Amino acid sequence: MTVTDILLLALGAVAAGSALRVVTTTHIVRAGLWLVVALGAMAACYLVLTAELVAWVQVLIYVGAVVVLLLFATMLTRAPIGPSPELDRARFPAALIGLGSGGGLAALFIFGYRWGKAELAAPGTAGVLGKEIFSGWVLPFEVLSILLLAALVGAIVVSRGERS
Amino acid sequence: MDPSYYIVLSAALFTIGAVGVLIRRNAIVVFMCIELMLNAANLALITFSRMNGSLDGQIMAFFVMVVAAAEVVIGLAIIMSIFRTRRSASVDDANLLKY
Amino acid sequence: MCGVDYLGSYRLLGLLLILGAAFFTVAFTANRLLSRRAPSAGKNATYECGIDPVGGDWAQAQVRYYVYAYLYVLFAVESVFLFPWAVTYALDGFGMVTVVEMAIFVAVLALGLLYAWRKRVLSWT
Repeated sequence: MTVTDILLLALGAVAAGSALRVVTTTHIVRAGLWLVVALGAMAACYLVLTAELVAWVQVLIYVGAVVVLLLFATMLTRAPIGPSPELDRARFPAALIGLGSGGGLAALFIFGYRWGKAELAAPGTAGVLGKEIFSGWVLPFEVLSILLLAALVGAIVVSRGERS
Repeated sequence: MDPSYYIVLSAALFTIGAVGVLIRRNAIVVFMCIELMLNAANLALITFSRMNGSLDGQIMAFFVMVVAAAEVVIGLAIIMSIFRTRRSASVDDANLLKY
Repeated sequence: MCGVDYLGSYRLLGLLLILGAAFFTVAFTANRLLSRRAPSAGKNATYECGIDPVGGDWAQAQVRYYVYAYLYVLFAVESVFLFPWAVTYALDGFGMVTVVEMAIFVAVLALGLLYAWRKRVLSWT
């Protein structure tokens, strides 16, 4: 057991546990706050996997922006602070489907990759990723700006819809 | 390090997210579960990038995050406008396109 | 094996996080152990002395705040790309071309901001 392995196990347990809480809690606001824990643990996983820039972008975009937006949307809709169990379905069929697909997925991955060892490579810092993006990934990068523009215009049109 | 461990974690998180989409009715919680699934996919991409010693997986994960942010903005705007007309955030009430 | 060096560079941050969590836990546990408690309905009210609160404690926010929230998210996403760009554009073989690429990226998003401005989304009504 190296330090990396211990970190992996601990962070993986935190991520999986808080993801379970997101799915099972009846408080919508608590689901959002557990999501912060799950996403933070996954950011730490990325950090251990030496994907440095992606980890910090995860903290900035997901924890800093997307979760804030989700909590905003919670406050704008029903604004429930207590439990809201009427928003749940029967669990057994879904659990069965989930167990089947999850087990199948895990088995496929394990048989595909065996239990192998891999050395940690050089960290993916902002400089390394920048070189890669601005040499080989320029077109996807520019297309992303169009996507963001479309999202901005679309959100304005949808959220202004009924006022006029 | 053992990459299979991360792959299994990613499969587990994806499954948790998928079950969440199936059992929750609140549209916002469904969105949170979709975020979990996207993150599980990102984890798999980054692990593959580590296993192959190439940066492409990390860049794809980067782009997936941006697309996810755009998706959340649009999706929540739609939920908001459905809520304003139907006063409900349950996905079962937004079934009018079927008819 | 660069893993040791790499993880070592985060040792201080990890230590700080653990110390912070430990401080928080110790402080609150000590508070719980040392304090005496005698709860009553009056003490648990939102305002212990004054007018009794009416209605729920969770007000519904207005939709107009959502506009600012998503504008923030989209421009946070845009600014994330500035970090890899800022450490790259001065290197050999990048230079002016990379600056123009980023200028196009920012200009397309500025178009969106212009649209928002023209639609009077930005003005507080």
